[in-house]
Amino acid sequence: MLAYIIRRVFQSLLVLLVVGLVAFSLFRYVGDPIDSLLGQERTIADIDRVRESLGLNDPFVVQYYNFLANAVQGDFGISYRQSRPVAEIIAERAPATLELAAVSALFAIGLGIALGVFTAIRRRGIAANVIMSASLIGVSLPTFLIGILLIYVFSVELDWLPSFGRGQVTDLGWWTTGLLTASGREAIILPAITLGLYQMTLIMRLVRSEMLEVLRQDYIRFARARGLRERAINFRHALKNTLVPVITVTGLQLGAIIAFAIITETVFQWPGVGLLFINAIQFVDIPVMAAYLMLISVMFVGINLIVDLLYFAVDPRLRIEGRNT
Amino acid sequence: MTTPVLSVRNLTVEIPTRAGLLKPVDGISYDIAAGEILGVVGESGAGKSMTGNAVIGLLDRPARIASGEIHVNGRRIDRLSRKELRRSRGKEIGMIFQDPLTSLNPLLTIGDQLTETISEHLDVSDGEAKARAIHALEEVGIPAARDRIDAYPHQFSGGMRQRVVIALALCAEPSLVIADEPTTALDVSVQAQITALLKRLCRERGMAVMLVTHDMGVIAETADRVAVMYAGRLAELGPVRDVITAPMHPYTDGLMQATPDASEGATRLRQIPGAMPRLGSLPPGCAFNPRCPYTQDRCCQDPPPTRDVTDGRAACWFPLTEHAAIPA
Ligand SMILES: Nc1ncnc2c1ncn2[C@@H]1O[C@H](COP(=O)(O)OP(=O)(O)OP(=O)(O)O)[C@@H](O)[C@H]1O
Ligand code: SF4
Ligand SMILES: [Mg+2]
Repeated sequence: MLAYIIRRVFQSLLVLLVVGLVAFSLFRYVGDPIDSLLGQERTIADIDRVRESLGLNDPFVVQYYNFLANAVQGDFGISYRQSRPVAEIIAERAPATLELAAVSALFAIGLGIALGVFTAIRRRGIAANVIMSASLIGVSLPTFLIGILLIYVFSVELDWLPSFGRGQVTDLGWWTTGLLTASGREAIILPAITLGLYQMTLIMRLVRSEMLEVLRQDYIRFARARGLRERAINFRHALKNTLVPVITVTGLQLGAIIAFAIITETVFQWPGVGLLFINAIQFVDIPVMAAYLMLISVMFVGINLIVDLLYFAVDPRLRIEGRNT
Repeated sequence: MTTPVLSVRNLTVEIPTRAGLLKPVDGISYDIAAGEILGVVGESGAGKSMTGNAVIGLLDRPARIASGEIHVNGRRIDRLSRKELRRSRGKEIGMIFQDPLTSLNPLLTIGDQLTETISEHLDVSDGEAKARAIHALEEVGIPAARDRIDAYPHQFSGGMRQRVVIALALCAEPSLVIADEPTTALDVSVQAQITALLKRLCRERGMAVMLVTHDMGVIAETADRVAVMYAGRLAELGPVRDVITAPMHPYTDGLMQATPDASEGATRLRQIPGAMPRLGSLPPGCAFNPRCPYTQDRCCQDPPPTRDVTDGRAACWFPLTEHAAIPA
């Protein structure tokens, strides 16, 4: 088990190196940062000076090495546009995105599992069938459309919830949170639903089909024959057996939630790293873009590692132990 | 006479289908006394499992009990509410399934599965439940039960797992046990051990056991009485010795001939010609008449009365032997 985890960590590092290379080289050769730093009025000397100070004249390998060495220390250089350290900018923006992602993930996992179990247990009921049909809409609508629809209904028509921004945030020094104020909590509802709706329906449909499969198993029948309560059968015996595939998909979808935050943040003008990234693209702010890509890939890889560890926690058959007697 | 542990009267199970009403169990009656093993035999599809499922109240929809009565320890249980029925499962009626590899939840330790069952039915503390769980494992012959209780099912071999299944089915001390082909999925080498274990527990605890099997050898060795089923009906019922040595129903006779018999050495295995008719297309009269070597006109017109098949009586117009003097 330990060997397996060490191997996975090495694989993860390799993935990060490759992503770093792609991020670095792609953005290094796409667009010209000089354009965005210096206006139209510029001299050759200006350009040379700036190129030199940014290290753009060094050989590729040296630039890549410097990039990685700095990145590991959390130094992604200076934003071309804002002339401030990228790390600082990202640190400012990350809490907004992470909070949004966490709330939508909780929404997606919590409601997804609850509705999945419900629709599996009451699969012939009217409510379950309505939910299943409605979920088809959830999977087929694109994110931005859901966001716009929600804004239209809950902000424009009903005027219940704000349509943009993060509300009032509290600064904890190392973190800014919107969850401590009423306006902040109101502001996160619509974007979190928009971001998590697709994942919620996906998890729900997966839990449902896995539950239906598990409920047909002999050990469920045997549990019934021993007179266990339905609640124990559904949750202790059945739900636990659906967890391995659910964890896999949820892990992948968490990455997707963070990645797709770009769209939601744009629709709701949510001041997170996604919005930062979109603005960075407009201004070819390479350090910001590269840092964003690296950040996202670190999260993907981290989530995958956690998923692997969760498998061991859930399924005893994976833990290496002798098969005796 | 003391009340039997299980008493089934004219039990009929129906399955409504587009092609009409099927009766996988049709008017079955029998009793099982405390400490007695009733073997239930018959070809695949005869309704053996369906009978057991009806008794424990686990019929899969759309199958349902259409008529008849089931009494356990003198209490009628086929009319109980879902909740009462659930309470009697495990506590009054235990069930052992065919495949020990799939009967145990792979993600819970066997100790967890035992204690949750014990705590559900008996009012005991956690510590007491665990002690009982260990005892239950010891009773079915799991060595070092105290250490093995925290093991997961995959850490046991097939035969050991079936012992665990038996411990689970019996841990709340039911007085009736339904064992549906408990050895079919096991290695031949451990089959005999498992049947011997069942027999021992039956005698020690005075349980009534309904042992469903295809194996006439198991019946001969283990059962006290045997019920032969054909197309959902009872063909013959009686003490094992009588039924095996002098079957009255031609179908039972055919089954015996199809069983390799040690005394005849490795002689040919005579199969009953033909196959059991499907439930939707039973012939008129006796369901066995297309395959029976003794068929006469009457067999194709009137069904032999299955309702009063009791010990020493067969559902046949022309029984092979009239050996057993029927006690008045
Ligand atoms: N849903 C259903 N619809 C139609 N027929 C069914 C249905 N479920 C079961 N049956 C029929 O009920 C009959 C009784 O099945 P049962 O499982 O009791 O047989 P069995 O004697 O246990 O056979 P085996 O030895 O194969 O276990 C079978 O003929 C089967 O085809
Ligand atoms: S009733 Fe007739 S057909 Fe049926 S078993 Fe007896 S002899 Fe054979
Ligand atoms: Mg069966």
